[in-house]
Amino acid sequence: MYGNTFMTAEEAKQMDQTQDNPQKLIAFEARIERGEKIEPGDWMPVDYRKQLIRMIEQHAHSEIVGALPEGTWITRSPGFKRKLALIAKVQDEIGHGQLLYSACETLGKTREEMLDDLLSGKSKYSNVFNYPAKTWADMAVIGFLVDGAAIVNQVINSKGSYGPYCRALERICFEESFHLKQGHDNFVFLATGTNVQREMVQEALNRWYIPLLHFFGPSDKTSVHSEKLMKWKIKLATNDDMRNQFLDQYVPKIREVGLTLPDEKLKKNLETNKWEFSDPDWDEFYRVVNGDGPCNKERLEVRRFAEEQGRWVRQALVNPQDKYVTPFA
Amino acid sequence: MSNESLDPRIRRLDLEHVKNGVQPTNSHWITFEVFHQEKRGRQAIHVGIVHAPSPEIALMFAKEQYARRKSTSNLWVVKSSEVFTFASEDEDIFETTPDKTFREPGFYKVRDRIEAYKNKHS
Repeated sequence: MYGNTFMTAEEAKQMDQTQDNPQKLIAFEARIERGEKIEPGDWMPVDYRKQLIRMIEQHAHSEIVGALPEGTWITRSPGFKRKLALIAKVQDEIGHGQLLYSACETLGKTREEMLDDLLSGKSKYSNVFNYPAKTWADMAVIGFLVDGAAIVNQVINSKGSYGPYCRALERICFEESFHLKQGHDNFVFLATGTNVQREMVQEALNRWYIPLLHFFGPSDKTSVHSEKLMKWKIKLATNDDMRNQFLDQYVPKIREVGLTLPDEKLKKNLETNKWEFSDPDWDEFYRVVNGDGPCNKERLEVRRFAEEQGRWVRQALVNPQDKYVTPFA
Repeated sequence: MSNESLDPRIRRLDLEHVKNGVQPTNSHWITFEVFHQEKRGRQAIHVGIVHAPSPEIALMFAKEQYARRKSTSNLWVVKSSEVFTFASEDEDIFETTPDKTFREPGFYKVRDRIEAYKNKHS
């Protein structure tokens, strides 16, 4: 699972000031233009490396933190089959985190540095995981719609220019297709069930509607948008385009089982072919990004607990003779 | 939320010195490249890396991470530091290989000559 990343105005300004060897830059951009992948040993602009590290690292943290709301439901899953599926899904998410940390390491940041930056709050993770999973219906909505949104994002990003990230994403998308199906299965089961079950899933939908709109990041009109990121194929679609694609794919699937989304303005404009909706309070989005969400503290506490309680095991196994080596691909 | 473990065996350990304490000079595990073999007789294909303190544990992690779907007959792990490669900017040493079409069966058009011979002598 994953949320979109965005840049602050400050970061975008810094980015345009970095100077690279102009000849190498031309050759580099020509390679990307031809559709070639960039590999770890290749020359790359300073900002290309920096932006990729930021993005892949955020993605990795999102996988790890994203497993937490669902992890709490393993012991409370209704029935053995659902429990098995949920365990497998949560384990997948942690594996995805590992794959992404590996991809990011090829750019020169060690895994330990990334985990430290997560705990200190220096690196972020997707905002959507700062909201609680109150009932089993939240599991259905997360598995179906949050994973669905993540897949929209990840399929697009897997066409990017950095080889190790693309390879990790291809593997991730392949595995996520099961997450989506089991989410949809849970969702439809509740939606076609008793009145109480329908009510439960409707309430969960109402809770997740705004975080899902926030998921793809601020609107293109307001977000700091870098031409460079698009040119370098780090970013391949704008936030609004991805959000629109998501609504296109999933709103009909919600409505076909007679459920609604809590927004009277939500409808597709048939002339522009774009979805229209009420403005999803972006102040709340920034507030939660900056640490003041319902679960920010709880999520990092759990991560810190794992870090501290497991440290002695990791340290006991370290051989002081070993040297850290950046992976090849 | 308390950071105390629910497991009494862990609580009995003195972890304070680890929590507050000295990081060893090297806190990293070894990086291993992982190769996956789908069936007996197939080639092992590079799929990614794991971090582990030993090859045995690397294999265990590789199983958890790279053998979670479809079939697997075996996994290999190799220390990344033991893998030798060409520098990526030397890629051009392989550039002319696809041009050497005389190494390919399609390069040899014997049939044309035979047909020409037959036409001439019939």
